[in-house]
Amino acid sequence: MSISSYPMADTATMLRRNLRHALRYPGLSLGALGMPVIMMLLFGLIFGDTFAAGLGGGNGFDYLDFLTPGILLMSIASGTMSPAVGAAMDMSEGIVARFRTMAIFRPAVLTGHVLGNVLLTIVSLALVIGFAVLIGFRPNASAGEWILAAGLMIAVTVSLTWFAIALGLTSKTPEGASNIVLPISLLLPFLSNTFIPLESMPSGIRWFAEYQPFTAIIDTLRHLLLGAPMDSGTGWLALAWCLAIALVGYFWAQKSYNKGTAA
Amino acid sequence: MNSSSLAIDVAGLRKSYGDKLVLDGIDLKVAEGTIFSLLGPNGAGKTTAVQILSTLITADAGEIRVAGHDLHRDPEAVRAAIGVTGQFSAVDGLLTGEENLVMMADLHHLGRREARRRAAELLERFDLVEAGKKLAMTYSGGMKRRLDLAMTLVGNPRIIFLDEPTTGLDPRSRHSMWQLVRELVAGGVTVLLTTQYLEEADELADRIAVLDHGQLVAQGTPAELKRLAPGGHIRLRFTAPDQFAAAAQVLPSASRDDESLVLQVPNDGSVQSLRAVLARIDDARIEVDELTVHTPDLDDVFFAVTGQPATNHTDEKVTSR
Ligand SMILES: Nc1ncnc2c1ncn2[C@@H]1O[C@H](COP(=O)(O)OP(=O)(O)OP(=O)(O)O)[C@@H](O)[C@H]1O
Ligand SMILES: [Mg+2]
Repeated sequence: MSISSYPMADTATMLRRNLRHALRYPGLSLGALGMPVIMMLLFGLIFGDTFAAGLGGGNGFDYLDFLTPGILLMSIASGTMSPAVGAAMDMSEGIVARFRTMAIFRPAVLTGHVLGNVLLTIVSLALVIGFAVLIGFRPNASAGEWILAAGLMIAVTVSLTWFAIALGLTSKTPEGASNIVLPISLLLPFLSNTFIPLESMPSGIRWFAEYQPFTAIIDTLRHLLLGAPMDSGTGWLALAWCLAIALVGYFWAQKSYNKGTAA
Repeated sequence: MNSSSLAIDVAGLRKSYGDKLVLDGIDLKVAEGTIFSLLGPNGAGKTTAVQILSTLITADAGEIRVAGHDLHRDPEAVRAAIGVTGQFSAVDGLLTGEENLVMMADLHHLGRREARRRAAELLERFDLVEAGKKLAMTYSGGMKRRLDLAMTLVGNPRIIFLDEPTTGLDPRSRHSMWQLVRELVAGGVTVLLTTQYLEEADELADRIAVLDHGQLVAQGTPAELKRLAPGGHIRLRFTAPDQFAAAAQVLPSASRDDESLVLQVPNDGSVQSLRAVLARIDDARIEVDELTVHTPDLDDVFFAVTGQPATNHTDEKVTSR
């Protein structure tokens, strides 16, 4: 495979295309941005007290502090749906056939989807954090810890988005893509310590939750933002998960994209 | 033909989907700066051939050179030399016409100002200036087709593939599309176009290859192909049996169909020979119900080489009552 000499320019062109699409359907983007905020307010204000009481509130346990990092991860995960569907939709349309007959940087089309989603997710995370602080979230992170936390969240976004796109491309239709991505965008966050600590889960689910990637990532985020205690290896585990998911997602997605065309 | 002046050189191209053989050993040679037409009915394999030659899908076997590059070894070099307008719309419906063109210019790295200039020029040339600010998904079929071709031209490709460029266009749009193709070739571009319309291939192509069920059943210039077909004739239809019999007598060379009262008189289609036939009919005061002049065209070729009539075509050139 020969390499185009304009990887940056081509990727930027594809990013512009995807951002334009997002602006053309503001309803869709607003939905993607609004959902996590609603989850934040719903769990934080309405169910929060009940959960907190059940989880031994009183002895210094602040449910909102516990919840917010989980909701952040959830926003990232639910945000991967739209690039996955977008990429699958692209593949069924003529314009991508055109791109594939042009001498452009091959990974650009999908990378454009990923970068577009990273930008959208950053806005969504900022909104969630804003509303969380409004209703009482009190992180005690230093500037350095904020930067690390932001870096981790972006890394998670990049890796999950690649993975979701790879899954989405296994399906021939946008509807199929949305079904196949649903488990990671919705189910995984629930089957982790997003809403309740591991100790309070039934043993089967707990075993799964303990070893799935989200848990390590949320733990690291809680540690960075709130100084929650954490095993020293957990941060590295979180990074390793991101890297592994990103690599598998990237190569799998590119392989699907190039399938059948001249190398 | 010297191989260095070939824009497209294909030998033994094969492709199957599962156990369905779609292209069964195709050889094509397209000289630079010419229009080559791949003519065939639905399912003949035209789109598959274009998709392979434009690097979109891979062949199972065959030697393919496009713009002098081995397609298998260096597809990127081929991509840099070609432009493709596929059978189905390849515009981004969520972008405006102008944005589509600017996106193409960006992908050819023309630079900002040049991109805008080029987009404006193409919108003008393809009569899309007013529509340029509207989303492409709101365009009519003909407008989409024009935008599609305009997008293909942004990078000034040397070789252009057009898969059924006029299918679904009204007669006026079709003629302007033909005009555009001719202009492109006048500028030195090589065009490979597919069509189901014999008239279109006849009108545009320097060379025609007839594709049927994945095989090339004939290849040559329009004139060469027409020589494959049986000659032209005048067809005379009568309502009265006595008139029919009388005409058969004054036109002994005619072949007669007694049931439908039709005479076919061999004829080269020239005004002189037509006048001669009419004079004989007039002299005998014979009443003809309908007269049709039939010159051999690609329909006859198609029929002669595939054994099937071509689709969507009437062969009446002149009809009088
Ligand atoms: N992706 C595919 N999978 C399976 N069969 C295919 C595929 N693409 C094409 N075919 C088959 O290959 C044959 C040739 O198809 P192709 O699209 O090349 O024909 P065509 O000449 O372009 O026809 P049309 O005039 O209808 O566009 C058809 O029988 C079609 O069913
Ligand atoms: Mg076709």
